[in-house]
Amino acid sequence: MLSPITHFLPITTIRRERLLPVQGRVLVRKGQKVSASDVVAEARLAPEHIVLDIARGLGLSAQKADAALQFQAGDEVSEGDVVAGPVGIGRRVIRAPRGGRVVIAGGGQVLVEMESPPFELKAGIPGLVTELFTDRGAEIETTGALIQAVWGNGKVDFGLLTVLLSDPNDAIAADLLDVSHRGAVVLGGYCGSADVINLADEIPLRGLILSSMDSVLEPLAMKVNVPIVILEGFGQIPMNATAFKLLSTNERREVAVNAEGRNRLAVTRPEVVIPLPASGQVSLPVEMLDFSPGQQVRVISAPKRAQTGTLVSLRPGLTVLPSGVRAQAADVRFESGETAIFPLANLEVLA
Amino acid sequence: MPTSLINADSLLAIDVGAVSTRAMLFDVVDGRYRFLAAGLAPSTAEAPFFDVGEGIRRAIDHLHLITGREFIGPDEQLIIPSKPNGSGVDTCVATVSAGTPLKVVAIGLLEDISTESAVRLASTTYAQVVDKLSLNDRRKQAARIDSILRLRPDLVIVAGGTEDGASQSVISLLEPVGLACYLSPEGQRPEVLYAGNHSLVDEVESLLGSLVHLSVSPNIRPALDVEQLSVAQPELAQVYRSIRVRDLNGVQELDGWAGGKLIPTATAFGRMVRFLSHVYDSAKGVFGVDIGASATVLAAGFSGDVHLGVYTDLCLGQNVTGILENSSVEGIARWLPVDIPASEIQDYIYNKSLHPYTLPASQEALALEQALARQAMQIGVKRLLDGLPTHIRTSGHGLMPLFEPIVATGSILTNTPSRGQTLLTLLDGLQPTGVTTMVLDQNNIMPALGAAAGINSILPVQVLESSTFMNLGTVISPSGSAPYGALALRVKVKQEGSTEATLEIKHGTLEVIPLPLGKAANLHLQPLNRFDVGMGGPGRGGSVRVVGGVLGVIIDARGRPLRLPKEDARRRDLLKKWIWTLGG
Repeated sequence: MLSPITHFLPITTIRRERLLPVQGRVLVRKGQKVSASDVVAEARLAPEHIVLDIARGLGLSAQKADAALQFQAGDEVSEGDVVAGPVGIGRRVIRAPRGGRVVIAGGGQVLVEMESPPFELKAGIPGLVTELFTDRGAEIETTGALIQAVWGNGKVDFGLLTVLLSDPNDAIAADLLDVSHRGAVVLGGYCGSADVINLADEIPLRGLILSSMDSVLEPLAMKVNVPIVILEGFGQIPMNATAFKLLSTNERREVAVNAEGRNRLAVTRPEVVIPLPASGQVSLPVEMLDFSPGQQVRVISAPKRAQTGTLVSLRPGLTVLPSGVRAQAADVRFESGETAIFPLANLEVLA
Repeated sequence: MPTSLINADSLLAIDVGAVSTRAMLFDVVDGRYRFLAAGLAPSTAEAPFFDVGEGIRRAIDHLHLITGREFIGPDEQLIIPSKPNGSGVDTCVATVSAGTPLKVVAIGLLEDISTESAVRLASTTYAQVVDKLSLNDRRKQAARIDSILRLRPDLVIVAGGTEDGASQSVISLLEPVGLACYLSPEGQRPEVLYAGNHSLVDEVESLLGSLVHLSVSPNIRPALDVEQLSVAQPELAQVYRSIRVRDLNGVQELDGWAGGKLIPTATAFGRMVRFLSHVYDSAKGVFGVDIGASATVLAAGFSGDVHLGVYTDLCLGQNVTGILENSSVEGIARWLPVDIPASEIQDYIYNKSLHPYTLPASQEALALEQALARQAMQIGVKRLLDGLPTHIRTSGHGLMPLFEPIVATGSILTNTPSRGQTLLTLLDGLQPTGVTTMVLDQNNIMPALGAAAGINSILPVQVLESSTFMNLGTVISPSGSAPYGALALRVKVKQEGSTEATLEIKHGTLEVIPLPLGKAANLHLQPLNRFDVGMGGPGRGGSVRVVGGVLGVIIDARGRPLRLPKEDARRRDLLKKWIWTLGG
């Protein structure tokens, strides 16, 4: 059976396509070095328009109003520009209420796309631009440690990693954060307080890496500007030992927090990247595996959510779980020596 | 009456779901069609494959392991038609529910009338209405254009204008659609389904035809008081198919195997309910429920007229948080026989959304997922009933009409430790009325049969006549307003070869009359205290011949609607008692 894979890798080659959802402008060139927060492409995702009813404004028929147009489709207009007119004794005119670009003009109406700041697609990871996608984006490659998360709030940034937990079971509290953390990426544990998130945004931090978070905080976490990723899930869940060791041993290094939401139909997943120099060729992570004995696995559903262990054996046929549900299952041995049975659907391979 | 075999083609049905892909084999055994086996594999529309083809091949490989039959040739293609050596199949049908719900903008003249019809039409497939435009909409033209550009819908459904009624208003509502499409790059324009005033088709064609792919169906609101969604469903299924072919890798090849007849899984499910509603007692309807990772699908069929509800916000997959958004933690917790703190319930739902493939491994997790299923059915049934024609009789406001049978499927119902849990989940979620047979499609083949019906009408009939479907039991659900503890029903049971027994059923209770599977009995029902068992009105009774299901005959006199005690401990005790009554 195919296994979902999560990467907690100390060193690997990381290659990411960063693509706009719509056509836009690519701002980087092949071979260029970029930082995580550099903009690789931009586009107008949600342009605002205004319809100027020049026929009504000038008191003319549509045909006559069209004859009074001063701009055509494609022309740029500035705020206050006369779009149509002057006409009549009163020298009546229609002015542009804001700057923008005329997209359609005719039939007594003018449709203007207003000037607005474009959506900026950030690199997400620091690295080298290895490929360009016309009007859509770029591929960026780097080497370093890769820690994949299960949830992110859509923001991207980078900074020096500060570790505020000494044990995977620790929780982060607001009194652990202060202004000295400004610009840092903080590794916390479980977050059960809105104060932590508000303070992280106020300081501001450059990123917050959590093991878990109460689900009631999700709407607040989505609103703030600081990138937040959670590695395990919602509720009070300790950080798995592999991720904790990997992150806590990289304190004071620069880390990139790409908290973009997980899109299962695209190649996007929240993650933390710690750029590290590599000696020689470093392979890309394995992305496809079938479950097999010897694999390091993580439990992704209760009971024992987030615990990591070794897949000892795959059980033949279907196994009856403690719930009574029948499923393909495996025996997993934890570091404590305890062995338990889990449905394969509740496991993912750490590779 | 048994049907005769006309067409002896073997058939492979492939269903690509959000979580699982299934390959189901039907063939002729002893002169009759039978469901032979199903191969199962995780769906692969998502990372790392981004191609449903891998999941399909793995499901077919699994089917090959079970049956020993070769399906895929050396060229990696489906062997079709079958060969003399027994490899391959003669026909293939395909259904799909994988992928994100279609983003739909619904347009109609009046918000409460034709726009609502457009919304209801959208709810007959895997879709999510992201915006509505109507004459009641106060937004300026530019704001409407911006909304369409921002939302980037997959589909715009246009209703409005009774036949030979309003015309100019409909066209003016389409102007922002045309402008938004004009401003969008060609590959990112929505499909448009026009289901309004038919006399405007030429004008709509000239306004939008050069910009978008325009589909036209008969008017779904031909008169103010007439709504006919079913006339647009074939076109809607085609639009869904073309969007999935475009957006999901591997669907095009699957569609080719199915001769270009791939349909949404829910459409196939609805087709089967329509078919059953022709076959069964025309005085009652037929009801179907499929609780899946993509949606909760409900279908009510009345003599060939099907009302389909595909609720993508009430699923048990990635969008499971929709159940929470449509109700509350308390609304879900009320169905739990165990005490789980509200915060843990919410966390569980959010985690399920992160890992929709996971299975309930503990009893608490199973209880929670069954509670979610109950809540999803409750909300879904209310929505479906709101859209049913007023002439369909019920025993009271908001209660289910009479159905015979109710067919249920979905892994939360089929993969349970006991059939008692399956039945109780259904009874709590649907709350049927009168006398009905509860049937479980334990192999999840309803959509496959619905898809097969399009090319082989004999196959679904003969498979239904086999023992593939499980009769859970006949359920008698009196409804009334007497106090709890008052007598609701007197039942006289006469089984073949035994003496008559009389039972008195109190309001608020759940009782089981043991009746072996397949064995018949005559029941005489006499409602008391003006309870209604669907035999002509309150207090009216009669005789009914029933056949025992795996749980016998069940009398659900807990009340309609079912009102659970507010006190937590008492409610949990009752829920445990009911589970115990149905065998644990």
